[in-house]
Amino acid sequence: MDTPFVVGGRTFRSRLMIGTGKYADNETMVRAIEATGADVVTVAVRRVDLDRTAEGGILRHLDPKRFFLLANTAGCYTADEAVRYARLAREAGFNDFVKLEVIGDQETLLPDVAGLLEAARTLVAEGFKVLAYTNEDLITALRLEEIGCAAVMPLASPIGSGLGLLNPVSVRTIKRRLKVPVIVDAGVGTASDACVTMEQGVDGILMNTAVAAARDPVLMGHAMRLAVESGRAAYLAGRMPRREVAVPSSPTEGMLD
Amino acid sequence: MVETVEIVVNGSPRQVAAGATLLELLSALSLDPRGVVVEHNRRIVRRPALGDVRVSSGDAVELVQFVGGG
Repeated sequence: MDTPFVVGGRTFRSRLMIGTGKYADNETMVRAIEATGADVVTVAVRRVDLDRTAEGGILRHLDPKRFFLLANTAGCYTADEAVRYARLAREAGFNDFVKLEVIGDQETLLPDVAGLLEAARTLVAEGFKVLAYTNEDLITALRLEEIGCAAVMPLASPIGSGLGLLNPVSVRTIKRRLKVPVIVDAGVGTASDACVTMEQGVDGILMNTAVAAARDPVLMGHAMRLAVESGRAAYLAGRMPRREVAVPSSPTEGMLD
Repeated sequence: MVETVEIVVNGSPRQVAAGATLLELLSALSLDPRGVVVEHNRRIVRRPALGDVRVSSGDAVELVQFVGGG
Protein backbone atom coordinates (compact mmCIF):
# COMPACT_ATOMS: atom_id res chain seq x y z
CA MET A 1 0.00 0.00 0.00
CA ASP A 2 1.19 3.47 -0.87
CA THR A 3 1.13 6.46 1.43
CA PRO A 4 -1.24 9.30 0.54
CA PHE A 5 0.10 12.05 -1.70
CA VAL A 6 -0.19 15.16 0.47
CA VAL A 7 1.02 18.61 -0.59
CA GLY A 8 0.49 21.69 1.52
CA GLY A 9 -2.03 19.86 3.68
CA ARG A 10 -4.13 18.65 0.75
CA THR A 11 -4.35 15.05 -0.30
CA PHE A 12 -4.44 14.29 -4.00
CA ARG A 13 -5.47 11.05 -5.66
CA SER A 14 -3.05 11.15 -8.53
CA ARG A 15 0.71 11.66 -8.35
CA LEU A 16 0.55 13.04 -11.88
CA MET A 17 -0.10 16.75 -12.22
CA ILE A 18 -0.87 18.06 -15.65
CA GLY A 19 -0.48 21.35 -17.49
CA THR A 20 -3.18 22.88 -19.65
CA GLY A 21 -1.05 24.74 -22.20
CA LYS A 22 -0.35 24.13 -25.88
CA TYR A 23 -3.26 21.83 -26.75
CA ALA A 24 -4.60 22.06 -30.28
CA ASP A 25 -8.11 22.68 -28.94
CA ASN A 26 -9.95 22.71 -25.63
CA GLU A 27 -11.89 19.52 -26.22
CA THR A 28 -8.67 17.57 -26.77
CA MET A 29 -7.21 19.17 -23.65
CA VAL A 30 -10.13 18.09 -21.48
CA ARG A 31 -10.12 14.54 -22.83
CA ALA A 32 -6.35 14.24 -22.45
CA ILE A 33 -6.47 15.51 -18.86
CA GLU A 34 -9.25 13.06 -18.07
CA ALA A 35 -7.11 10.27 -19.52
CA THR A 36 -4.20 11.17 -17.22
CA GLY A 37 -6.38 10.81 -14.13
CA ALA A 38 -4.80 13.97 -12.71
CA ASP A 39 -6.66 15.99 -10.14
CA VAL A 40 -4.20 18.88 -10.13
CA VAL A 41 -4.04 20.99 -13.29
CA THR A 42 -1.78 23.98 -13.76
CA VAL A 43 -2.94 27.25 -15.23
CA ALA A 44 -1.25 30.53 -16.14
CA VAL A 45 -2.32 34.10 -15.37
CA ARG A 46 -2.59 36.32 -18.42
CA ARG A 47 -4.34 39.45 -19.59
CA VAL A 48 -7.89 39.02 -20.78
CA ASP A 49 -7.96 39.48 -24.55
CA LEU A 50 -10.29 42.47 -24.71
CA ASP A 51 -10.96 41.99 -28.39
CA ARG A 52 -12.32 38.50 -27.80
CA THR A 53 -14.00 38.96 -24.39
CA ALA A 54 -12.77 36.15 -22.15
CA GLU A 55 -12.70 33.66 -25.01
CA GLY A 56 -9.22 32.57 -23.89
CA GLY A 57 -10.25 31.79 -20.30
CA ILE A 58 -9.75 28.19 -19.28
CA LEU A 59 -12.47 27.97 -16.65
CA ARG A 60 -15.24 27.54 -19.16
CA HIS A 61 -13.60 24.24 -20.11
CA LEU A 62 -12.29 22.94 -16.78
CA ASP A 63 -14.64 22.63 -13.84
CA PRO A 64 -12.85 24.06 -10.79
CA LYS A 65 -14.95 21.80 -8.55
CA ARG A 66 -13.52 18.78 -10.30
CA PHE A 67 -9.91 19.86 -10.74
CA PHE A 68 -7.56 21.54 -8.30
CA LEU A 69 -6.28 24.63 -10.11
CA LEU A 70 -2.59 25.22 -9.50
CA ALA A 71 -1.66 28.65 -10.84
CA ASN A 72 1.87 29.18 -12.05
CA THR A 73 4.07 32.23 -12.44
CA ALA A 74 5.40 31.07 -15.80
CA GLY A 75 6.97 33.80 -17.86
CA CYS A 76 8.16 35.77 -14.83
CA TYR A 77 11.82 36.77 -14.84
CA THR A 78 12.06 38.60 -11.51
CA ALA A 79 10.96 37.87 -7.96
CA ASP A 80 8.71 40.96 -7.92
CA GLU A 81 6.98 39.92 -11.10
CA ALA A 82 6.42 36.37 -9.83
CA VAL A 83 4.99 37.70 -6.55
CA ARG A 84 2.64 39.98 -8.49
CA TYR A 85 1.35 37.09 -10.60
CA ALA A 86 0.94 34.85 -7.55
CA ARG A 87 -1.15 37.48 -5.79
CA LEU A 88 -3.36 37.92 -8.84
CA ALA A 89 -3.79 34.16 -9.07
CA ARG A 90 -4.81 33.85 -5.44
CA GLU A 91 -7.33 36.63 -5.92
CA ALA A 92 -9.14 34.45 -8.45
CA GLY A 93 -10.36 32.75 -5.30
CA PHE A 94 -9.68 29.05 -5.72
CA ASN A 95 -6.77 28.33 -3.38
CA ASP A 96 -3.54 29.73 -2.00
CA PHE A 97 -1.24 27.32 -3.83
CA VAL A 98 1.19 28.61 -6.42
CA LYS A 99 3.67 26.90 -8.68
CA LEU A 100 6.46 29.42 -8.39
CA GLU A 101 8.68 29.91 -11.40
CA VAL A 102 11.28 32.62 -11.67
CA ILE A 103 13.00 32.13 -14.98
CA GLY A 104 16.58 33.22 -15.49
CA ASP A 105 17.22 32.74 -19.17
CA GLN A 106 15.07 32.79 -22.30
CA GLU A 107 16.90 30.09 -24.20
CA THR A 108 16.98 27.42 -21.50
CA LEU A 109 14.13 28.64 -19.27
CA LEU A 110 16.29 27.54 -16.34
CA PRO A 111 15.34 28.96 -12.96
CA ASP A 112 16.88 32.10 -11.47
CA VAL A 113 17.73 30.64 -8.09
CA ALA A 114 18.33 33.97 -6.32
CA GLY A 115 15.02 35.35 -7.57
CA LEU A 116 13.27 32.10 -6.73
CA LEU A 117 14.44 32.12 -3.10
CA GLU A 118 13.48 35.78 -2.72
CA ALA A 119 10.01 35.28 -4.18
CA ALA A 120 9.48 32.10 -2.14
CA ARG A 121 10.30 33.96 1.09
CA THR A 122 7.80 36.70 0.29
CA LEU A 123 5.03 34.34 -0.74
CA VAL A 124 5.47 31.94 2.19
CA ALA A 125 5.27 34.96 4.53
CA GLU A 126 1.99 35.91 2.84
CA GLY A 127 0.55 32.48 3.52
CA PHE A 128 0.96 30.95 0.08
CA LYS A 129 1.57 27.23 -0.34
CA VAL A 130 4.58 27.49 -2.60
CA LEU A 131 5.54 24.69 -4.96
CA ALA A 132 8.91 25.87 -6.21
CA TYR A 133 10.14 25.00 -9.69
CA THR A 134 13.90 24.69 -9.42
CA ASN A 135 16.88 22.99 -10.93
CA GLU A 136 18.21 19.69 -9.62
CA ASP A 137 20.55 21.38 -7.14
CA LEU A 138 20.38 20.00 -3.60
CA ILE A 139 21.42 23.19 -1.84
CA THR A 140 18.72 25.26 -3.52
CA ALA A 141 16.20 22.54 -2.71
CA LEU A 142 17.25 22.59 0.96
CA ARG A 143 16.96 26.39 1.09
CA LEU A 144 13.49 26.26 -0.44
CA GLU A 145 12.45 23.75 2.20
CA GLU A 146 13.91 25.91 4.99
CA ILE A 147 11.99 28.90 3.71
CA GLY A 148 8.80 26.90 4.10
CA CYS A 149 7.87 25.82 0.59
CA ALA A 150 5.11 23.19 0.45
CA ALA A 151 6.94 21.23 -2.23
CA VAL A 152 10.15 21.43 -4.20
CA MET A 153 9.97 20.77 -7.92
CA PRO A 154 13.29 19.94 -9.54
CA LEU A 155 13.31 19.70 -13.29
CA ALA A 156 13.94 16.48 -15.19
CA SER A 157 15.30 18.55 -18.08
CA PRO A 158 14.46 22.01 -19.49
CA ILE A 159 10.81 23.00 -19.90
CA GLY A 160 9.31 21.67 -23.10
CA SER A 161 12.51 19.84 -24.08
CA GLY A 162 11.22 16.27 -23.77
CA LEU A 163 14.74 15.09 -22.93
CA GLY A 164 13.61 13.05 -19.95
CA LEU A 165 15.35 12.68 -16.60
CA LEU A 166 18.91 13.88 -17.21
CA ASN A 167 20.17 13.73 -13.65
CA PRO A 168 18.60 10.88 -11.67
CA VAL A 169 21.33 10.87 -9.03
CA SER A 170 20.73 14.52 -8.09
CA VAL A 171 16.97 14.07 -8.06
CA ARG A 172 17.33 11.03 -5.79
CA THR A 173 19.63 12.98 -3.49
CA ILE A 174 17.09 15.80 -3.24
CA LYS A 175 14.34 13.30 -2.47
CA ARG A 176 16.46 11.62 0.19
CA ARG A 177 17.36 14.86 1.94
CA LEU A 178 14.04 16.73 1.91
CA LYS A 179 11.02 16.17 4.10
CA VAL A 180 8.59 18.12 1.93
CA PRO A 181 7.26 16.44 -1.22
CA VAL A 182 9.57 16.40 -4.22
CA ILE A 183 7.66 16.67 -7.49
CA VAL A 184 9.64 16.53 -10.69
CA ASP A 185 8.47 19.27 -13.04
CA ALA A 186 9.36 19.66 -16.69
CA GLY A 187 11.32 17.74 -19.28
CA VAL A 188 9.49 14.43 -19.48
CA GLY A 189 9.05 13.42 -23.12
CA THR A 190 7.27 10.10 -23.13
CA ALA A 191 5.92 7.40 -20.84
CA SER A 192 9.25 5.70 -20.16
CA ASP A 193 10.65 9.06 -18.94
CA ALA A 194 7.76 9.38 -16.50
CA CYS A 195 8.21 5.82 -15.31
CA VAL A 196 11.96 6.19 -14.75
CA THR A 197 11.37 9.47 -12.93
CA MET A 198 8.85 7.91 -10.57
CA GLU A 199 11.19 4.96 -10.00
CA GLN A 200 13.61 7.40 -8.33
CA GLY A 201 11.13 7.62 -5.46
CA VAL A 202 9.94 11.16 -6.00
CA ASP A 203 6.46 11.97 -4.76
CA GLY A 204 4.98 13.11 -8.01
CA ILE A 205 5.52 14.51 -11.44
CA LEU A 206 4.18 17.48 -13.37
CA MET A 207 4.14 17.58 -17.13
CA ASN A 208 2.49 19.46 -19.95
CA THR A 209 4.15 19.34 -23.36
CA ALA A 210 4.71 15.58 -23.35
CA VAL A 211 0.95 15.12 -23.41
CA ALA A 212 -0.10 18.25 -25.30
CA ALA A 213 2.42 17.83 -28.12
CA ALA A 214 1.94 14.08 -28.61
CA ARG A 215 0.38 13.09 -31.92
CA ASP A 216 -2.53 11.68 -29.90
CA PRO A 217 -2.66 13.61 -26.61
CA VAL A 218 -5.53 11.56 -25.19
CA LEU A 219 -3.68 8.28 -25.71
CA MET A 220 -0.46 9.80 -24.34
CA GLY A 221 -2.42 10.99 -21.31
CA HIS A 222 -3.48 7.40 -20.74
CA ALA A 223 0.10 6.20 -21.23
CA MET A 224 1.37 8.73 -18.70
CA ARG A 225 -1.17 7.62 -16.15
CA LEU A 226 0.02 4.04 -16.48
CA ALA A 227 3.68 5.09 -16.48
CA VAL A 228 3.38 7.12 -13.30
CA GLU A 229 1.46 4.37 -11.53
CA SER A 230 3.91 1.78 -12.83
CA GLY A 231 7.01 3.75 -11.85
CA ARG A 232 5.60 4.41 -8.40
CA ALA A 233 4.72 0.75 -7.88
CA ALA A 234 8.17 -0.34 -9.08
CA TYR A 235 9.81 2.08 -6.66
CA LEU A 236 7.73 0.75 -3.77
CA ALA A 237 8.35 -2.84 -4.87
CA GLY A 238 12.12 -2.30 -4.80
CA ARG A 239 14.05 -3.30 -7.87
CA MET A 240 16.48 -6.23 -8.01
CA PRO A 241 20.18 -5.43 -7.88
CA ARG A 242 21.97 -4.89 -11.19
CA ARG A 243 24.53 -7.57 -12.08
CA GLU A 244 26.93 -7.65 -14.96
CA VAL A 245 26.83 -11.43 -15.26
CA ALA A 246 23.88 -13.66 -16.02
CA VAL A 247 22.13 -15.65 -13.33
CA PRO A 248 19.85 -18.42 -14.64
CA SER A 249 16.17 -18.12 -13.81
CA SER A 250 15.46 -21.84 -14.37
CA PRO A 251 16.88 -24.67 -12.20
CA THR A 252 20.34 -25.89 -13.15
CA GLU A 253 19.46 -29.23 -11.52
CA GLY A 254 17.38 -31.87 -13.24
CA MET A 255 18.85 -31.46 -16.70
CA LEU A 256 18.80 -34.52 -18.97
CA ASP A 257 22.05 -36.45 -19.57
CA MET B 1 -21.89 64.04 -24.69
CA VAL B 2 -20.52 62.08 -21.75
CA GLU B 3 -17.19 63.41 -20.62
CA THR B 4 -14.46 60.79 -21.04
CA VAL B 5 -10.98 60.27 -19.70
CA GLU B 6 -8.17 58.16 -21.08
CA ILE B 7 -6.91 55.23 -19.05
CA VAL B 8 -4.69 52.28 -19.96
CA VAL B 9 -6.37 48.88 -19.87
CA ASN B 10 -4.19 45.82 -20.41
CA GLY B 11 -1.53 48.00 -21.93
CA SER B 12 -3.75 49.82 -24.43
CA PRO B 13 -5.23 53.30 -24.13
CA ARG B 14 -9.00 53.38 -23.77
CA GLN B 15 -11.57 56.13 -23.33
CA VAL B 16 -13.97 55.63 -20.45
CA ALA B 17 -16.68 57.78 -18.91
CA ALA B 18 -15.24 60.18 -16.39
CA GLY B 19 -15.82 58.87 -12.88
CA ALA B 20 -16.63 55.35 -14.03
CA THR B 21 -16.13 52.62 -11.46
CA LEU B 22 -14.11 49.48 -12.20
CA LEU B 23 -17.35 47.53 -12.18
CA GLU B 24 -18.74 49.84 -14.87
CA LEU B 25 -15.53 49.40 -16.85
CA LEU B 26 -15.94 45.62 -16.76
CA SER B 27 -19.55 45.95 -17.79
CA ALA B 28 -18.59 48.21 -20.72
CA LEU B 29 -16.13 45.51 -21.80
CA SER B 30 -18.79 42.77 -21.42
CA LEU B 31 -16.69 41.02 -18.78
CA ASP B 32 -18.17 39.04 -15.92
CA PRO B 33 -16.43 40.21 -12.72
CA ARG B 34 -16.44 36.62 -11.44
CA GLY B 35 -14.15 35.61 -14.29
CA VAL B 36 -11.46 38.27 -14.00
CA VAL B 37 -9.06 39.64 -11.43
CA VAL B 38 -8.60 43.39 -11.47
CA GLU B 39 -5.45 45.28 -10.69
CA HIS B 40 -5.77 49.07 -10.49
CA ASN B 41 -2.53 51.07 -10.50
CA ARG B 42 -0.69 47.94 -9.34
CA ARG B 43 -3.09 47.23 -6.48
CA ILE B 44 -5.48 44.32 -6.57
CA VAL B 45 -9.10 45.37 -6.14
CA ARG B 46 -11.26 42.65 -4.65
CA ARG B 47 -14.55 41.87 -6.30
CA PRO B 48 -16.82 43.44 -3.66
CA ALA B 49 -14.92 46.73 -3.97
CA LEU B 50 -15.07 46.99 -7.76
CA GLY B 51 -18.15 49.19 -7.59
CA ASP B 52 -16.46 51.58 -5.14
CA VAL B 53 -13.23 52.31 -6.99
CA ARG B 54 -13.41 55.00 -9.68
CA VAL B 55 -10.87 55.42 -12.43
CA SER B 56 -9.09 58.68 -13.17
CA SER B 57 -7.23 59.93 -16.20
CA GLY B 58 -3.94 58.06 -16.71
CA ASP B 59 -4.84 55.12 -14.46
CA ALA B 60 -3.48 51.71 -15.38
CA VAL B 61 -5.88 48.79 -15.12
CA GLU B 62 -4.96 45.16 -15.65
CA LEU B 63 -7.66 42.56 -16.20
CA VAL B 64 -6.38 39.00 -15.93
CA GLN B 65 -7.76 35.50 -16.02
CA PHE B 66 -6.56 31.91 -15.98
CA VAL B 67 -5.43 30.53 -19.31
CA GLY B 68 -3.84 27.26 -20.33
CA GLY B 69 -0.31 26.84 -19.05
CA GLY B 70 2.18 24.47 -17.53
